[in-house]
Amino acid sequence: MGGKVVTITSGKGGVGKTTATANLGISLANLGKKVVVIDADIGLRNLDVIMGLENRIVYDLVDIVEGRAKLRQAMIKHKKFEQLFLIPAAQTRDKMAVSPKDMVELTDKLREDHDYVIIDSPAGIERGFRNALEPADEVLIVTNPEVSAVRDADRIIGLIEAADKGPGRLIINRLKTEMVNKGEMLSAEDVFDILSLEIIGIIPEDEFVLSASNSGVPVSLNEGSRAGMAFANVARRVTGEDVPFMDLEENPGFFKRLMRFLDGR
Amino acid sequence: MTSLLNRLFGRPRKGSGKTAKDRLRFVLQHDRINLPPERLEEMKREILAVIVKYVVVDKDRVEIALEQRDRNQSKLVAEIPVVKQTVPPSPETYADSRQNNSDKPLGETEDSVDEGESAAGDAEEAAVASEDGEGADKEEKENKK
Repeated sequence: MGGKVVTITSGKGGVGKTTATANLGISLANLGKKVVVIDADIGLRNLDVIMGLENRIVYDLVDIVEGRAKLRQAMIKHKKFEQLFLIPAAQTRDKMAVSPKDMVELTDKLREDHDYVIIDSPAGIERGFRNALEPADEVLIVTNPEVSAVRDADRIIGLIEAADKGPGRLIINRLKTEMVNKGEMLSAEDVFDILSLEIIGIIPEDEFVLSASNSGVPVSLNEGSRAGMAFANVARRVTGEDVPFMDLEENPGFFKRLMRFLDGR
Repeated sequence: MTSLLNRLFGRPRKGSGKTAKDRLRFVLQHDRINLPPERLEEMKREILAVIVKYVVVDKDRVEIALEQRDRNQSKLVAEIPVVKQTVPPSPETYADSRQNNSDKPLGETEDSVDEGESAAGDAEEAAVASEDGEGADKEEKENKK
């Protein structure tokens, strides 16, 4: 079967799917993996700017699907990592330009010579999400410790399970430890408690993320950034490595125990 | 599980974080079974309306709640205390409620026969109901202890 297809989704928009995709891609490449990241948000392309590759786009996902470009032509090589590629979304088309079957065919080709194919799903539960979900071997659900984001995550988790793509794992993004400690924010445990889904990453709120998107250099390339470190840890966990949760990710001992509890279930 | 975790960490829960969690739990309970809160209340009222046709219920202590272990396991849990009846309900009341609910009206002759039969059946049912009522009361008292 070759490489693994990992889809990043969330239901709600603006929780950090694209940031997570870019950083997971970069971090996996940094681990020496061959990686392709696909922007499946047709019409609202953004993964290219987050990764700083917007100037190099000639062809896009729809061009591949409709046969105007060969796969290789539309794969944009990353500036720093030889083995990291981006397939950008088309900007002037809509979600209907691609079908779930197209995505399966595309990712099946990419699997042959890449270790990971990461798909950045659009927000919502419609066609764009279906396109991103269909080829997935594993689904990562990004959420924020916030009522509306967790509610939408619950909905999307239900749809993922119904499509037999479950259970998926959670990335809790933009956690503010100080606020959690004051009781003014849902903690990672709270979110786990409500969604009963394994957590693969807890990303602290970090101003470096905005600087990174300003400059088009994903935050995981910044060793001084805690969010960057947390994303790098997610990548290692995706590869199957057992990485303890960082202190700022909250209570490492607790999560270790939690994971064991879940594994034994 | 929450209380267990809270005990484990001893973190005091106050502030809007706790509110967020409670609100999420509530909204997800209804989302997951696709039954909005107002519809659930409506259903409870209907269930109760059926039950009070047969037995006398202590309405102040009725509890019908939606319980959920996770996304795929929801159950309705009902606690409906039945009041013990010393005097069985009058046969007329019972026959009336039956007639109001039947789809096709009964013929006159049939009706009178039916009434006689139901009166006899009614006494038995009432007896069973009050026994149940006693049982539930006892259980409740035990729970309180």
